Amino acid sequence: MFLASRNFCCCGIKLRTDLLSRSIKHSTSATMPFRHKNARRIEGLDSNMWAEFTKVAADPSIVNLGQGFPDIPPPSYVKEELAKVAAVDRLNQYTRGSGHPSLVKALSQVYEKVCGRKIDPLTDILVTVGAYGSLFSTIQALIEEGDEVIIIEPFYNCYEPMVKMAGAKPVFIPLRCKNDGNSASSAEWVLDPAELANKFNSKTKAIILNTPHNPIGKVFTLEELQVIADLCIKHDTLCISDEVYEWLVYKGHKHIKIATLPGMWERTVTIGSAGKTYSVTGWKLGWSIGPEYLIKHLQVVHQNTLYTCPTPLQEALAQAFWMDYKRMDDPDCYFYSLSRELESKRDRMAQLLKEAGLEPIIPDGGYFMIVDVSTLNVDLSDVDEKQPYDYKFVKWMIASKKLSAIPVSAFCGLETKKQFEKYIRFCFIKKDSTLDAAEVILKNWNKQ
Amino acid sequence: TLQAKMSRPVQARRLEGMDKNIWVEFVQLAATYSKVNLGQGFPDFPAPDFLTEALRRALGGGNHMLHQYTRAFGHPPLVKVLAQFFEKLLGRDLDPMTNVMVTVGAYQALFCCFQALVDEGDEVIIIEPFFDCYEPMVKMAGGTPVFVPLRPNPPKDGKLMSSADWQLDPAELASKFSERTKAIVLNSPNNPLGKVFSRGELGLIAELCVKHDVLCISDEVYEWLVYDGKQHIRIASLQGMWDRTVIIGSAGKTFSATGWKVGWAVGPDRLLQHLRTVHQNSVYHCATIAQEAVAQGFQRELMLYGKPESYFVQLPKELQQKRDWLVQSLDSVGMKPIIPEGTYFLVADISQFKSDVPDVPSSDEPYDSRFAKWMVKNKGLAAIPLSAFYSEAHKNNYTNFIRFCFAKEEATLKAASDILQKWKQEKTS
Repeated sequence: MFLASRNFCCCGIKLRTDLLSRSIKHSTSATMPFRHKNARRIEGLDSNMWAEFTKVAADPSIVNLGQGFPDIPPPSYVKEELAKVAAVDRLNQYTRGSGHPSLVKALSQVYEKVCGRKIDPLTDILVTVGAYGSLFSTIQALIEEGDEVIIIEPFYNCYEPMVKMAGAKPVFIPLRCKNDGNSASSAEWVLDPAELANKFNSKTKAIILNTPHNPIGKVFTLEELQVIADLCIKHDTLCISDEVYEWLVYKGHKHIKIATLPGMWERTVTIGSAGKTYSVTGWKLGWSIGPEYLIKHLQVVHQNTLYTCPTPLQEALAQAFWMDYKRMDDPDCYFYSLSRELESKRDRMAQLLKEAGLEPIIPDGGYFMIVDVSTLNVDLSDVDEKQPYDYKFVKWMIASKKLSAIPVSAFCGLETKKQFEKYIRFCFIKKDSTLDAAEVILKNWNKQ
Repeated sequence: TLQAKMSRPVQARRLEGMDKNIWVEFVQLAATYSKVNLGQGFPDFPAPDFLTEALRRALGGGNHMLHQYTRAFGHPPLVKVLAQFFEKLLGRDLDPMTNVMVTVGAYQALFCCFQALVDEGDEVIIIEPFFDCYEPMVKMAGGTPVFVPLRPNPPKDGKLMSSADWQLDPAELASKFSERTKAIVLNSPNNPLGKVFSRGELGLIAELCVKHDVLCISDEVYEWLVYDGKQHIRIASLQGMWDRTVIIGSAGKTFSATGWKVGWAVGPDRLLQHLRTVHQNSVYHCATIAQEAVAQGFQRELMLYGKPESYFVQLPKELQQKRDWLVQSLDSVGMKPIIPEGTYFLVADISQFKSDVPDVPSSDEPYDSRFAKWMVKNKGLAAIPLSAFYSEAHKNNYTNFIRFCFAKEEATLKAASDILQKWKQEKTS
């Protein structure tokens, strides 16, 4: 391009034109120096371990306990509501940007009951494309260059790139096992309060909390939440609370919303997911709930990124919520019945893993279970890739055992990967036949 | 009630100046006052049966896995049929996995383009009037919008203007390209004017893009809504343009189902890879079942391509009639429509009705905005002021135009005509 503007003393205009036409011809070829690089904000964020593992697990002969989605059907009334909606003309056109009116109304009713406080459907709620979209809207709205964001490891892997894309610095703190490596329960994985306090400084804009926790399945207790809350209040920090598994909590445990602790409503954005609540991950609807003065900024991001979410799915979801809202005091409410169904799957999964000689960490919530595979002593040192042990193990397991899982070090910051590379994550929101197939593989593990 | 807040300022600087949104205000006004809503752009007639049937089939088909995640960059049946379709239209081979990405409406495809390719300090050329989201999206990406206007050249014979009469001045356009220019946003057919850029006009833009090594973000959501036998030309098919263009499309506009929010980006892998990075770090997956139904819609259209039963043949035919009806209604009362070559919008000059809404020189609200608000409140007819589609600095350049959407049932258009007739009668009596 610069060729065109250079001045040649004798040949003047003609030469300039020749150079110009040559540079135009040049630009049509793929070898031309192309200044169309990606914007700086996405530098280094292109890698995606899900792409790798979901592709491999797509082979139908593999028993897929990897990516977190149900292979059990959603409740029939949820599917029926969507079928009904398809017949209503105006529901195929745009709805309100921040959330379809009947859906935000239903959400406000459900969460008013849960939180014990008034929630304005128009100002305190934003409907997004999955909880993923809520995380993005929250981070883009409230986090920027110069900010630090505390992320608890292991973490749902999108937190780190989203924080980086907003120009901010992720500050990691790991959950550590109380009993020095031998844990049977997710409750034994805890934050060190002094270590946590040290991570807070004047630059800390937010902490991201995920409870129930993916991948460990930890359900933070009131005391643990209080420690986090105290620090948020002391340092005037935001809390981004990813509670997508809020209904999936097992006997003896209770999901507590950090936003309900004193001093926390005004600094917390709580995120939920239709996909996880109703076993419809493919509907990609989620929501952010919080005080108006925070949510309004999320709404601005949303109206400048995708504006509205699909109408028919929002209407169907609203109807499903109304049905369950009416029976929130009834044990048959899907919010509780799903959790009961999953508890028995959890127990079965744990049993199968134990029979294969593994020590699973029993989750108190969520639909994932992590397990230490180092006890199997599978030697993969000859696999010369620079990948962490758990990546190599999962790939080996997929190839030789036809069973898939996800390596837990994928959920860790660079410095903590080594601590978690002996763990892999299994998803157990699977139908009986899937778990039966897994059982066969695990029972025969040692026979090959 | 006093709400407790954090003591430090919360919002990110990238949101500066972005909180105002004309749609929020005008949609609210229409909802409250309008008897006939020709404002926001969406059809009030149903989506085609074959599309809603496709959704019902997908729901009733017993494959409950359609309620779970699909491939993040696009449901395989959809990207495959989009690749097949665009191969035909562009005359080149396309890989559905790398040359096509599905997004949550064309809106999200635009967002991915700016976030992926625009950095702080980059300039992005926007042609005025423009679909209003381009400006805030460029700013949110840290870019500087550089505006260049379409200028009206009214026909000398006193006939009604056509959207073709609004043109770029080639020298003026060329002057907007600088070393900092990263991209130009092209929207053809154009919202709000309905202009369908000619081959010559596109050639001018293409030449400048190639000369200055600039990207082209080509918003072609109204690609099928072209009238009077005109042709929609894809700039990506021009010399030197495929490698530097991202083409954006919309199922909402293609299939009259704006609420489904399924859109796409088509382009070279070298550019689309960066859109994929933004997509995987912002929404990741799009709703599966809507993609499944849209794929089936496209499969039907692929089979019927060019035939009279094709929706892509029938829809523009129907809309042309509606356009002509509205043109007639407006012209007969003295509002001067600019006849659109495409889209389902038309812009009309309301100068002859100005006496109803006196000018308020001290007001910093553009005249057409005040007029449109008065009209919806007092006449029950909703439209959008043209100034909504201009940058802040240029909002008062054209003060006498409002935009109507004619993707409406006959009954709606008739009701609009009745309001206009009554209004005219009141003025003359």
